[in-house]
Amino acid sequence: MAATKKLGAYICKGCGIADRLDIKQLVSTATRDGKMNVVKEHDFLCNSEGVSMIQADIDSGEVDHIMIAGCSKRAKTDAFSFDSVAMSRANLREGVIWVRPESDDSEIEETTQEMADDYIRMACAEVKFMTVPASSGEQGRTPHVLVVGGGFTGLKAAVEVNKAGYEATIVEKSGALGGTAAQLYKSIPGRSPFADPQQPEIIDLIKQVESNSKINVHLNSSMDNIGGAPGRFNADINADGNIVSGIFGSIIQATGFTNYDAGQLPEFAYGKSPDVVDQLGLEMLAKEANGGAIKRPSDGKEVENVVFVQCVGQRSEKEGHLSYCSGHCCLTSVKQAMYFKDQNPEVDAMVLYTELRMPGAGGEDFYRNGQNKGITFTKGEVSEVVPGSNVTVKFQDLILNEAVELEADLVVLATGMVANSGVNVETCASEDDDAEAAAVNKEQAVLNLDYRQGRDMPQLVNGFTDSHFICFPYETRRTGIYSAGPVRRPMDMVQATEDATGAALKAIQAIENAAIGRAAHPRSGDLSFPSFRKEGCTQCKRCTVECPFGAINEDEQRYPLFNEARCRRCGTCMGACPVRVISFENYSTDTVGQALKAVDMPDEFDEKPRILLLACENDAYPALDMAGMTRQEYSAFVRIMPVRCLGSVNTIWISDALNSGYDGIILMGCQKGENYQCHFVKGSEMAHYRMSKIGDTLEQLNLEKERVQTYEIAITDIHKVPKIINDMAATIEEIGMNPFKF
Amino acid sequence: MADVIATNQTILVVGGGISGMSAALEAAECGKDVILIEKNPSLGGRVSKLYKYFPKMCYPTCGMEINLRRIKANKKVRVITMAEVAEVTGDTGNYTVNIKVAPRYINNNCTACGECSDATEAEFDNEHNYGLNKRKGAYLPFFMAYPQRYVIDPAVIGTDDADKVKAACKYDAVDLDMQEEDLTLNVGAIIWATGWQPFDANKIQPYAYDRNPNVITSVEFERMMDPMGPTGGKILRPSDNKEAKDIAFIQCAGSRDRNYLKHCSRICCTATLKQTTYVREQHGDDGKSTIYYIDIRAIDRFEDLYTNAKNDSNVSFIKSKVANVTKDKETDNPILNGVDTEGYNRYSNPHELVVLAIGMQPSVDFAKLGINVAINEHGFMENDAGNGSMFAAGCASDALDVNRAVQSATASALRAIQVVNQVSTTEGGA
Repeated sequence: MAATKKLGAYICKGCGIADRLDIKQLVSTATRDGKMNVVKEHDFLCNSEGVSMIQADIDSGEVDHIMIAGCSKRAKTDAFSFDSVAMSRANLREGVIWVRPESDDSEIEETTQEMADDYIRMACAEVKFMTVPASSGEQGRTPHVLVVGGGFTGLKAAVEVNKAGYEATIVEKSGALGGTAAQLYKSIPGRSPFADPQQPEIIDLIKQVESNSKINVHLNSSMDNIGGAPGRFNADINADGNIVSGIFGSIIQATGFTNYDAGQLPEFAYGKSPDVVDQLGLEMLAKEANGGAIKRPSDGKEVENVVFVQCVGQRSEKEGHLSYCSGHCCLTSVKQAMYFKDQNPEVDAMVLYTELRMPGAGGEDFYRNGQNKGITFTKGEVSEVVPGSNVTVKFQDLILNEAVELEADLVVLATGMVANSGVNVETCASEDDDAEAAAVNKEQAVLNLDYRQGRDMPQLVNGFTDSHFICFPYETRRTGIYSAGPVRRPMDMVQATEDATGAALKAIQAIENAAIGRAAHPRSGDLSFPSFRKEGCTQCKRCTVECPFGAINEDEQRYPLFNEARCRRCGTCMGACPVRVISFENYSTDTVGQALKAVDMPDEFDEKPRILLLACENDAYPALDMAGMTRQEYSAFVRIMPVRCLGSVNTIWISDALNSGYDGIILMGCQKGENYQCHFVKGSEMAHYRMSKIGDTLEQLNLEKERVQTYEIAITDIHKVPKIINDMAATIEEIGMNPFKF
Repeated sequence: MADVIATNQTILVVGGGISGMSAALEAAECGKDVILIEKNPSLGGRVSKLYKYFPKMCYPTCGMEINLRRIKANKKVRVITMAEVAEVTGDTGNYTVNIKVAPRYINNNCTACGECSDATEAEFDNEHNYGLNKRKGAYLPFFMAYPQRYVIDPAVIGTDDADKVKAACKYDAVDLDMQEEDLTLNVGAIIWATGWQPFDANKIQPYAYDRNPNVITSVEFERMMDPMGPTGGKILRPSDNKEAKDIAFIQCAGSRDRNYLKHCSRICCTATLKQTTYVREQHGDDGKSTIYYIDIRAIDRFEDLYTNAKNDSNVSFIKSKVANVTKDKETDNPILNGVDTEGYNRYSNPHELVVLAIGMQPSVDFAKLGINVAINEHGFMENDAGNGSMFAAGCASDALDVNRAVQSATASALRAIQVVNQVSTTEGGA
């Protein structure tokens, strides 16, 4: 702690705090125990007068580290928003007086006051060890986006990035731009009237890209290597055999999809009869016909009846099938049936489906228009397609509940989308000292990231690239790299347009964030970054392995190599480090460790246990606040400390806390596992894993395992959190106090 | 409000639901100045009233907390609540917007201590709970409300309760003389994130929503599940407050129907599949869900929800557009009548509670508002070169789920930035 820190404590008396607590005592605690240089009280600290009082002290240079005691740190944030000073908050309202009964009972008054005094001590200790974050000097602004994939999504993203004033470089593995979209005869309408197949936008899009000097294109190219971090990614592009290197600010992965191979499904006769095609095959036939009658491949006869079979090899639990729905295929079949009907209304076009899925305003209109054009829709499950001079489709009609056989000139199979997401970094062969595995992975990878945690973006479900999925669809575990289009989830071109445009925004945002050293989501704007004391490091690699974002590589001497702009500031590395050499300026083993040590520890025989609660600040802490707002009572023995993420909790804090006399410890993090709700993806999971090992520590100390409990808590668990605290208090009453009090 | 400064570099976002918050934040986190206006007293919109999100079954307030933290931490976003657009004039890159700000009768001094609410007596329908319960005349819209500041219902002004509110506040936060304010802003681009509203279930006469209390909408059902909601988290029949265990879900209630909304509202199938898990969560094997549907539209990985529901012996599916809902006079049970098209069997099925999977329609009638943008026949705003620098985000543009709404909002933020970066000659992109 630097000696020059000027510490100020400001204690609010409003909202009933002065009615319920002894303010003189709080002032004395802040002065004597908190060692604050300036200690002031105010009737109503968040009004303009109270705020001006604090601002005046800051402006006069009297304080540069402030502790505000009053309401929760989630409340009155507009009022308590001071630039250039470090600030901590002691939660006396939601955390003390609102959860404690109003009573004349001196014992209740005493324990409630002790709670408040401890929160002042904790907040004073915390702020003493905080520093106002300053940027690291690693920053660079590179207004240039690398787009991997030159299909519809990639081209759209590049054009949109450029319209905002940024440069783009497209890397396309094939010899031409346009991807799957360029193979289409016509596209599904994206605007009203959603009536007829449209001229594909792709032709115009390719022209726009080719004529734009700020968009560079590499064909027959792939990524050889991507290193660095947002703002300064250094990429090696294997351009038709030559390595071209460049510096990019951010990356959009638009590597698209591959059509599921219908040949894997022998019952559909794909490959056995030329008159059985997949949807892409039909597009080729339509292109050949170019507005004339579509002819069947076997003998060139004009097609008089065509059957579209939906959900081929998808929406199925069978081995080798896709379990998901690709979303676009119903609309695509309607569009393709219209190719026939528009050319010759006499052609029989039937769509065999189990569920018709054409959502939204456009979907239903297009479907209705398909019906108006005379396309028939039959709910049926196809069991077999039999090749022959005419192809026979055998199916069970689900409406009439009967088996039907139908002859057709042409059968179109609606197969699904398989994401081109490269190598699965969680299941691929380890490359440690294995050159062969490295070569195989490199060949399969699409990004070839030089990241400790693998060459490609992690995958979420069904092989699609990682995404937070609901609230924050673009958030991935690789900062500054955004996936868009059908590699992220199955989608049609209307959605790919939005997706590419959204990803373009995230890409330019990553550039602007990196330029000033600002964190990306979810701690947007945070200027702190992890610093590390090399002399203490034991090269155990836990930080590099556990970082959910692949932010830490290893240098030649196997020391961690932090890439600031990749970091999300969750502190999982800080929680992982067994020698505690990793810290942030505004959040460190000291700010938390000293705060929990600052609690006044009563003697074992006082029968006043102390329970430490470390709560995730995004979910558990708001739930605790709302328990206060709804005046739910809980034990006065608990001391709550919000943490950035449970992943930042170092087990040494736990053993220190037990050694210093805490009787019980509760950890509250978010749901982990497949449907994880942790905003740092793996933080809560890591914490649960680490705490499963805490048993050894407890055993060494000869303490009961019930003293440390870890919970998955949602923000809505407003009734549950007080109960957990009270249960812990009851448990301690049962098993007795921690003997390690001093 | 005099301190609101806006220029043709500023982006105005209209609507503070998930789409508006996302659009505003994404633009602000690129370094742009953003004004976010919301007509209600709090940000949060429709999603703040949902119990869980599909497919992860997580809680919407979790994402909202993150978004509120982003807003609190970002000085580039200025939030104005109780504000509505009255008029827009001007053209691409340079609009003048007249905004009406309704009086809250509570100023910034409010500490959200809650004493004003305790002091009042009169009660009003609680908007946050779709009127399923009552709130006081001075109230915090919900626990996560932002700004965290109370509101006084205009109906209280001039009554005894108003004086009681005034007397109860120790912080001089009550201003009963507050008037509607006019705010004129110059902005470079406008993002319309005005969202959706549930189709008026009263109009679907055969389904008896207006006359049978045991017919409710899907959005009301969400409120029942909230442990802090009107029923304390229990699925109760409004007619007798008894727990309902046998629940029918009617799909396409108002959607895919020439008489009501012609479009498919996209989310209702998956929302119903999600809600069957609520029934299981609450009643285990005693809970029974029956889904009356035309097509189950669970695309992408949502298919898993459908697969799980089909594998759940307590969930059954009947392919049928329900003809009408009558009532068993003895039990108050709604009876669903129609024909099961898989086999053409007539049915007349009693259930304890009926949930209408209600359709989505745009909240704002842009034509009525005099906003000159491309509107399709369903009332959704379409992106069009003729719209100038006005862009639709989220459910103002189509019936969307949350994921797609955020995607659309993020895209609209870029479109707005493209305009202000062009207007700018000194900053922005290279």
